[in-house]
Amino acid sequence: MRVDLELIAGMIEPNTRVLDIGCGDGALIDYLFRTRGCDARGIEIDMAEVTRAVAHGLPVMQGDADNDLVHYPDNAFDYVVLSRTLQAVEQPLEVLRQMLRIGTRGIVSFPNFGHWSLRWQLLSTGRMPMTQTWSRMWYETPNIHPCTIRDFFDLCDAEGYVVDQWLAADEAGRRAPWRRARLLANLFGEQGLFVLRKAVGPSVETR
Amino acid sequence: MDQTPLPQINHQHETFTEGLLLDCGTVLAPLQIAYRTYGTLNADRSNAILICHALTGDQYVAEQQPLTGKPAWWGNLVGPAKPVDTNRYFVICANVLGGCMGSTGPRSPRSTGSEDLWGIDLPPITIQDMVRAQKMLVNRLQITRLFAVVGGSMGGMQVLAWASLFPEAVFAAVPVATAPYHSAQNIAFHEVGRQAIFADPDFFGGRYWEHGVVPSRGLAVARMTAHITYLSEAALTRKFGRRLQGNNALSPVLFGERFAVESYLEHQGSSFVRRFDANSYLCITRAMDFFDLAADHGGSLASAFRGSRTRFLLVSFSSDWLFPTTESRILARALNQVAANVSFVEIISDKGHDAFLLDEPDFHRTVAGFLGGAAEAAGLK
Repeated sequence: MRVDLELIAGMIEPNTRVLDIGCGDGALIDYLFRTRGCDARGIEIDMAEVTRAVAHGLPVMQGDADNDLVHYPDNAFDYVVLSRTLQAVEQPLEVLRQMLRIGTRGIVSFPNFGHWSLRWQLLSTGRMPMTQTWSRMWYETPNIHPCTIRDFFDLCDAEGYVVDQWLAADEAGRRAPWRRARLLANLFGEQGLFVLRKAVGPSVETR
Repeated sequence: MDQTPLPQINHQHETFTEGLLLDCGTVLAPLQIAYRTYGTLNADRSNAILICHALTGDQYVAEQQPLTGKPAWWGNLVGPAKPVDTNRYFVICANVLGGCMGSTGPRSPRSTGSEDLWGIDLPPITIQDMVRAQKMLVNRLQITRLFAVVGGSMGGMQVLAWASLFPEAVFAAVPVATAPYHSAQNIAFHEVGRQAIFADPDFFGGRYWEHGVVPSRGLAVARMTAHITYLSEAALTRKFGRRLQGNNALSPVLFGERFAVESYLEHQGSSFVRRFDANSYLCITRAMDFFDLAADHGGSLASAFRGSRTRFLLVSFSSDWLFPTTESRILARALNQVAANVSFVEIISDKGHDAFLLDEPDFHRTVAGFLGGAAEAAGLK
């Protein structure tokens, strides 16, 4: 399993209901089912991945974050996970709203566009940066809404989301040491990982 | 071409003297359900899978059809070491109510010992009626919960009806190439077929047996029309294109030359007439037409599945224009609305609706994997 998925799995309580959006081949839901007894399900946009996941016995449906979350009822899940996908959705704000409507907590990870190497590439070459995550030419990339860790904190403030946990991770998804210093995290973290919930709402702490 | 019906045989069956109260309000008694089973029921009776057949299918899902001698209709999916593994699961397949392979239908007597057959006067049957009849059979086999219910096309409609009528009795549901309602276009195609049967001079108001004939031309045309809807344009083109049968010279007679696709359809039509009863065809197409799960639940499809703990696998095929993927997606979203456990896959295939019966490795892998995962969740060894 991807190292960043292990980090996410570590944030999820056993025996909870989890929806993993953009679940790929379902590695995270498989892990959560087998080791934590979670009722974990997935949504994936790529049909080949969906077929692979279902053929492994995992409950995955073809669909996407922009169009399919709206069909779920309120509070259907304890956690809704969106890993490395926020930057590729059409309506990030709406997706986050839906996540925190259908789930008590949202777990979001995204590549940090504020990382020093991207800043340096843009500054020194004047061209769109390329890294392991931003590995495609600007006209081919599925990432249409890149953001930085700082941007995401601002978004949470503006939308009234409480950040229960956050940390910065390296490319592989290993926890980075500057997890408590936002500015350093924004400069040196290759990924941001956030656990969110709505500030208000009666049932937030009930489960 | 020989269109004499194949001889009737005695199919394995169960009789229910108490009968069944149909959706239309009539009690159909006695009730007979013909069925086949494969594999072994385990000690706690938890490994049963019910297979629901399509419009013109039958209970011989995993063995040679005794009348036609044709191979099992789902032999590539159901059998030892197949995706629906009969070494592991106990498979049941019943001929639907209204059918003509041994279950109560238009060929059945109106009452015990009566010489008079139902014919076209059989009370209207619904998909739900078919499912209730299957439930009686399952009860008689002393199975309280089916591990899975699997079916394609009309069989898929039955799977949906099972999951909505008896949610506690269905651990996993696999509706394939189907929809929660029969569309206006589908009803239209059915109506063309039915009108062909009505227009056949040998139909005799549905009492053709009294005249020692069957409405073979009408039934064959019905089958030909339906068969086109089961294929895709790509599949028809690949198989036949515009090829002419015999030489390619233009004949001076209008119908002197035949396209290969014409001969193919004619063959499909006439072989169908030998094995299928026209009144059954009328009865069952009507059952499909009336199927509308949302309408049965005050217009809300989601309500049909509220509180469901059944695990669903929806499968559609990309070139199926009879039951297109959009209709499976409507179903998937309705199931999402009640937070049901849903897997949903569209299999890429150019073979049209028929793909669910053909060799589609991705489809078979998906079914095998889903059942495997569900078996693990059910604690099935």
